[in-house]
Amino acid sequence: MKKQLIALLFALVPMAAFAAPAADVPHSMTPDLRNQESLQRGMQLYVNYCMGCHSLEHQRFARAADDLGIPQDLVEENLIFSSDLAFNDQMHIAMDRGDAESWFGAPPPDLTLHGRLRGTDWIYSYLLGFYRDPSRPTGVNNTVFDLVAMPNVLEPLQGVQEMVCSETDQPVAGQSPDPLSGKYQSCDVLQVTQPGAMEPAEFEEAVYDLTNFLAYVGEPSKLQAQTLAPKVLIFIFIFGVIAYLLKREYWRDVH
Amino acid sequence: MADNGVNKGRRRFLVGATSVVGAVGAVGVAVPFVASWQPSAKARAAGAPVQADISKLEPGQRMTVEWRGRPIWIINRTPEMIERTEALGADSLADPESEVPQQPAYIQGGLRSIRPEIGVLIGICTHLGCSPLYRPEPDAEGVGVSNWPGGFFCPCHGSRFDLAGRVFSNVPAPTNLEVPPYRFEGDDIIVVGEDEESA
Amino acid sequence: MANPNKAKAESGIMRWVDDRFPATQMMQDHLTKYYAPKNFNFFYIFGVLALLVLVNQILTGVWLTMSFNPSAEGAFASVEYIMRDVEWGWLIRYMHTTGASAFFVVIYLHMFRGLLYGSYRAPRELVWIFGMTIYLLLMAEAFMGYLLPWGQMSYWGAQVIISLFSAIPGIGPDLAQWVRGDFLISGITLNRFFALHVVALPIVILALVVLHIIALHEVGSNNPDGIDIKQKKDETGKPLDGIAFHPYYTVKDLVGIAIFLFVFSVVVFYFPEGGGYFIERPNFEPANPLKTPDHIAPVWYFTPFYAILRAITFSFFGLDAKFLGVLFMGAAIAVLFVLPWLDRSPVRSMRYKGWMSKVMLLLFCISFVILGVLGVLPSTTGRTILAQVCTAIYFAFFLLMPIYTKLEKTKPVPERVTG
Repeated sequence: MKKQLIALLFALVPMAAFAAPAADVPHSMTPDLRNQESLQRGMQLYVNYCMGCHSLEHQRFARAADDLGIPQDLVEENLIFSSDLAFNDQMHIAMDRGDAESWFGAPPPDLTLHGRLRGTDWIYSYLLGFYRDPSRPTGVNNTVFDLVAMPNVLEPLQGVQEMVCSETDQPVAGQSPDPLSGKYQSCDVLQVTQPGAMEPAEFEEAVYDLTNFLAYVGEPSKLQAQTLAPKVLIFIFIFGVIAYLLKREYWRDVH
Repeated sequence: MADNGVNKGRRRFLVGATSVVGAVGAVGVAVPFVASWQPSAKARAAGAPVQADISKLEPGQRMTVEWRGRPIWIINRTPEMIERTEALGADSLADPESEVPQQPAYIQGGLRSIRPEIGVLIGICTHLGCSPLYRPEPDAEGVGVSNWPGGFFCPCHGSRFDLAGRVFSNVPAPTNLEVPPYRFEGDDIIVVGEDEESA
Repeated sequence: MANPNKAKAESGIMRWVDDRFPATQMMQDHLTKYYAPKNFNFFYIFGVLALLVLVNQILTGVWLTMSFNPSAEGAFASVEYIMRDVEWGWLIRYMHTTGASAFFVVIYLHMFRGLLYGSYRAPRELVWIFGMTIYLLLMAEAFMGYLLPWGQMSYWGAQVIISLFSAIPGIGPDLAQWVRGDFLISGITLNRFFALHVVALPIVILALVVLHIIALHEVGSNNPDGIDIKQKKDETGKPLDGIAFHPYYTVKDLVGIAIFLFVFSVVVFYFPEGGGYFIERPNFEPANPLKTPDHIAPVWYFTPFYAILRAITFSFFGLDAKFLGVLFMGAAIAVLFVLPWLDRSPVRSMRYKGWMSKVMLLLFCISFVILGVLGVLPSTTGRTILAQVCTAIYFAFFLLMPIYTKLEKTKPVPERVTG
């Protein structure tokens, strides 16, 4: 039996080796789908700042309202801007794909599944990663998406961010930390040089909310799954215990 | 070996318990499969309430809107039409008091409407699903009867309804035309598919 | 009348049925008087589990077809429609996607059990061959099913696999085009894969499962000791070491099923993407024939064979590396079919085989796993060499089997089954 278990362990090695490759981005965030306030703020930011260009082709306003606890009339008054869209519709955009292609080079992608395609860490880092770069047509570049075509639409909130040389807490390759402050010197530090409507910490929170909303949109069923799962697992466990007692009872005949 | 010290009661109990829990599990598994046949969000979105603006609907006129793939008639009845309709009774109509539930609970009376002048009906004959013709003028031609008070005539099998959608006697259609759930929003907007708000 | 000795119920409705259909006889043959060795261990649960997953796949699959749209324009959106708009659609789909991976987990463990205890040996060669055919068809079934969601990985995975056909000298390119039905993978390919995935292959797989079980019940189950329990029977003709499948193994399997369902549910509810290995990330983007994902990796259950394909970077006998890779990949599966005739050991079970068999099996399993891991990673020079070594071990396990199973000293086999 021991040998078999060892053999089984070998069979399970792929599972351990199959840890998903971590996205190589500077920030990370953990979505919290139960934080309805965060999701509501995220949805508000999304329709105000993103939905001019990025649709959510598979997400219905009604479903979001239901899951996020927003009453229908509030959604209709504050979150649906296009007269072509109704409460039950998906979050389409008015922009024509052909126009979009000529303005940005490529049509802005639909973001319904972006939280799952890129990962929430990537989106969070991306939204925080814009910095001023006069050489670019949009005037900005991005630390996680080099030569990005999208302008920094959140600049009114964030302010102007620039890449400067400064001290940082982030370890820098090939450098030992300063013995006194424990900090590193780097010329890749992002710093807000002209303040926007939000303080940096406030802005990070807003980006968290926005990313959280995209995490929700990527898989709205996750809330249902997490609510149902414990019940199913407890039920299967009880069934397993009864089945085990039954097996033990019958196998008295055999031993 | 089989009968030595076998606790038959315990065995029977455990078999029963496993079967019951297993059956509960099977029912639980069936729930998502059965429930997934319900109208999906797409179907529900397509069947969402529709709004109709009746500000331009002249007395005596009819307009049609589509709700859940069916024609919804909205007619603006003139005082004469209302009079003629209210004059009809059990001698000519099959169900003058609308006892067969072909309308929401809040739709009552001979005119089968919230406002007497505005009638809202699903324009599908209750016989075999044709859409009847609007023949509001009294004694119209081609409706198969001489003393026609104005109403709807189904060309498929000759069923006749009055201007409140009530079915005449001695026609193939068994029941009155259906009245959809609807409510008024202000003076001019009708929302078809949504019940009057329960105050 | 047929055989008058058939078991029949005394009276009542069962008697009525038995006079017309051998219900009681079949019940006895396959359950109540099918005597299985009493020493089955953990590894003997996976056959039943495979059956359970098969039922899950068919049931959830039928339900998915109700809302799926097999067209290039609509497939991707219809999957999201299932995930969002259809009531419980997300659960049914995750049961199907997780079920696909679970199928291969249990099948691989089921096959490993066969290798471990010599379940392929005479007289069970046909059981093994039917099983291997099921495995082969299951790979085709999984491959075609993976195209249906029409995501980027669906598309480019299929592109790579279908291109394998084009490696065949002469007819290759035409064959690949015939399989696709177009000059590229298109809605036409999607439609035929859909038909095969939901109709043709499931029917054949079901039929083979029946054959697999009939063949097994004809010769009786093997056991961890690899000895024949039919040699020692009591006066009623019941094997001394055998116990009725029902109720003893049905109740035991229920426990295994409960454990399996627990693990399965944890994945379905909490980790449906399986860490990016059950549902790969690029598949959250619709198929785009003009843009290849950065890194194309097949789903995990194909990766050992994919690694063998990539390990062949050299040409010999005038055959180019691409075609040789396809040949080796095909041979890696084909060699499994002839396994019953490669094993020349006087004993069946690994318990009584010599150290060489044990070492070879261990090396084989390790190299299979390493190949599986290599198959998901982008290839580098070092990894290619490692894959070549593992490929060599993979084939050595089979091709040297007639030699080492004969050379080695085996242990004496007991008369009766051990605990």
